[in-house]
Amino acid sequence: MALMLVKFDLKKRVKLAQTVWFMYWFAVMAGVLVFSMGLFFKIELRKRSELMDNNESHFLPNLLIFMGLVACGINAFGGKVCYDSLDPSKFVKWKPMLKGFLFCCMGFNALLLLTALLCFIMRIPLQFTLAEGLKSGMRYYKDTDTPGRCYMKRTLDLMQIEFRCCGNENYRDWFEIQWVSNRYLDFSAKEVKDRIGSNVDGQYLMDGVPFSCCNPSSPRPCIQHQMTNNSAYYSYDHYTEELNVWKRGCRYAMLSYYGGMMNTIGVLVVLVTMLEVAVTIGLQYIDSSLSTLVNPEDPESESEGWILEKTVKETFTDIMDKMKSMGKGTKVEEGGQAAVATVS
Amino acid sequence: MAFMPVKFNLQKRVKLAQGLWMIYWLSVIVGILLFGLGIFFKIELRKRSEMMDNNESHLVPNLLILVGSLACGLNAFGGKVCHDSLDPIKFAKWKPMLKPFLLLCCGFNALLLLTALLCFLMQFAVYLTLAEGLKNSIKFYKDTDTPGRCFMKRTLDMTQIEFRCCGNNNFRDWFEVQWISNRYLDMSNDLVKDRVLSNVEGKYLMDSVPFSCCNPGSPRPCIQHHLTNNSAHYDYDHRIEELNIWTRGCREALFYYFSSIMNSIGVLIIGTIILESVDMAGLKYLTTALDTMEDPENPECESDGWLLEKGVKETMGELFAKMKTLGKTNQVVEGEDAPEG
Repeated sequence: MALMLVKFDLKKRVKLAQTVWFMYWFAVMAGVLVFSMGLFFKIELRKRSELMDNNESHFLPNLLIFMGLVACGINAFGGKVCYDSLDPSKFVKWKPMLKGFLFCCMGFNALLLLTALLCFIMRIPLQFTLAEGLKSGMRYYKDTDTPGRCYMKRTLDLMQIEFRCCGNENYRDWFEIQWVSNRYLDFSAKEVKDRIGSNVDGQYLMDGVPFSCCNPSSPRPCIQHQMTNNSAYYSYDHYTEELNVWKRGCRYAMLSYYGGMMNTIGVLVVLVTMLEVAVTIGLQYIDSSLSTLVNPEDPESESEGWILEKTVKETFTDIMDKMKSMGKGTKVEEGGQAAVATVS
Repeated sequence: MAFMPVKFNLQKRVKLAQGLWMIYWLSVIVGILLFGLGIFFKIELRKRSEMMDNNESHLVPNLLILVGSLACGLNAFGGKVCHDSLDPIKFAKWKPMLKPFLLLCCGFNALLLLTALLCFLMQFAVYLTLAEGLKNSIKFYKDTDTPGRCFMKRTLDMTQIEFRCCGNNNFRDWFEVQWISNRYLDMSNDLVKDRVLSNVEGKYLMDSVPFSCCNPGSPRPCIQHHLTNNSAHYDYDHRIEELNIWTRGCREALFYYFSSIMNSIGVLIIGTIILESVDMAGLKYLTTALDTMEDPENPECESDGWLLEKGVKETMGELFAKMKTLGKTNQVVEGEDAPEG
């Protein structure tokens, strides 16, 4: 009893072949889409790799690029087979490869599903990489004269402006580090000496944030220095002031950006997997319907198509038996050799 | 003596029809591109209309949208005619329409030329509108509580950040305007009172700029206040400090942006004019080749194709003569009326 048996006549076979050919070309475009999404994700990671300590994992985008290329190849081949399936002479040369090709397709589909799962899971390591990287980024903000780190200020400023965020968790992170380079501090001034002397590490700490934290929507000009001192400004209360600087921390902003990207890519890969499964089933039907022609010489004869030749249980037991017999085969060989050895 | 005659046999006619059909479909795509560019330009003008006092001219993008749709329609029709030209039965129904269609294409080319000219000339209008608009924007920067102007601060800040510019001509424009609202000034403070009294109009002026003028590429944290006072900051000389704030004015930055869009569109339109002229020439050759077949029943016979039936001078002479006879007919009619009346 075959699984999901369907009867085919010539018209139905032709329609099936045409539909599956069409779907294969859609699948090629889907493969191109997956490839370009992997490329886009890789470029986005590269752009901000300074903020991730240059050790972000490129495993996922590389996998997406690889899967996209393989999808294009497999689907183009499948489309060619479908195109030739209507012509018995051309189909004959593809027939022996089909079983192996279908197994390949099933393995590829499983790999696609795994990729989709990874897209949703890899968010977690990204969170840790971002937290570490941003903390170092802020520490190196002032080192605009150190080679290799001189662009950290610019990168961090542009990122805070673009993502509308301030600091790692929130703007108070800037209060805990020295973000003004020593080159621009007058060490003979009393105020500077006081501040440096007031903490263990000898850092010039202040309750101020860089200009890139400023929110343009604020109705008043930006207050970046002496933020916790209400008397320094007219009609200012730092507890109730909402719009002055960005309230969100950059870790959350970047994580939601990359997380959203990865979720979208994951959903798209799941859809592509479903398309691939559909074309694999279609090809299996074509293959089985062309193999069971009642009268091989007459193209107009009826035939049957199925997904599995026997039911799921029977196919499974068949596979287990095959594996057992393969194991037994090696055993018999060994036994035979031993017997021969003893005889001789 | 026909103008640029070419001999055609069946193969050449078929090749001409096929090639022309492809060029017509390319022209349809170019028409769609023009339409899309018109919409893009309109959206960009709308986005920054606050900087231009809300009275910028939308003539160029509207004209582009019109021209793009017309191009699509005309070229699709031309492509259909080419496709049918190889089948005499189908071609017979298009034949009477072809002469007016070619005249329409001529008119369309003239319209394209006008649009290209406008693209290059309207840049002056954009420059003047920007100068006026930015001056007002800077004046209204502080009015974040006035309905209708409360978003001017945000718009101007975002523009200065995005276009990397400061002020109208340069950053000193901010020194001449009060950009802090009175709501945030302590009028009982001596310093504030001194500043307000120090100028005729009673404005709180200072040598500072908003935060959006700051350049992220500067090695030191941004200096926005007391810009001209060297002693207010350690190791600072405002005459040689280059990277602190953006030195370019926003009028120049915005004008450069819009003028590069308009120049690119103008160049594309000139390319479209050339493409349309090629289309017209090809269609003329095709129609004349199909008209002058020696034996209409035999599709394999030879024929001639040309651009103009007589030479250029003779055609112009004929046109003038036609226009004169039109004028003369009116005169004759009047003359007849007079004796009767």
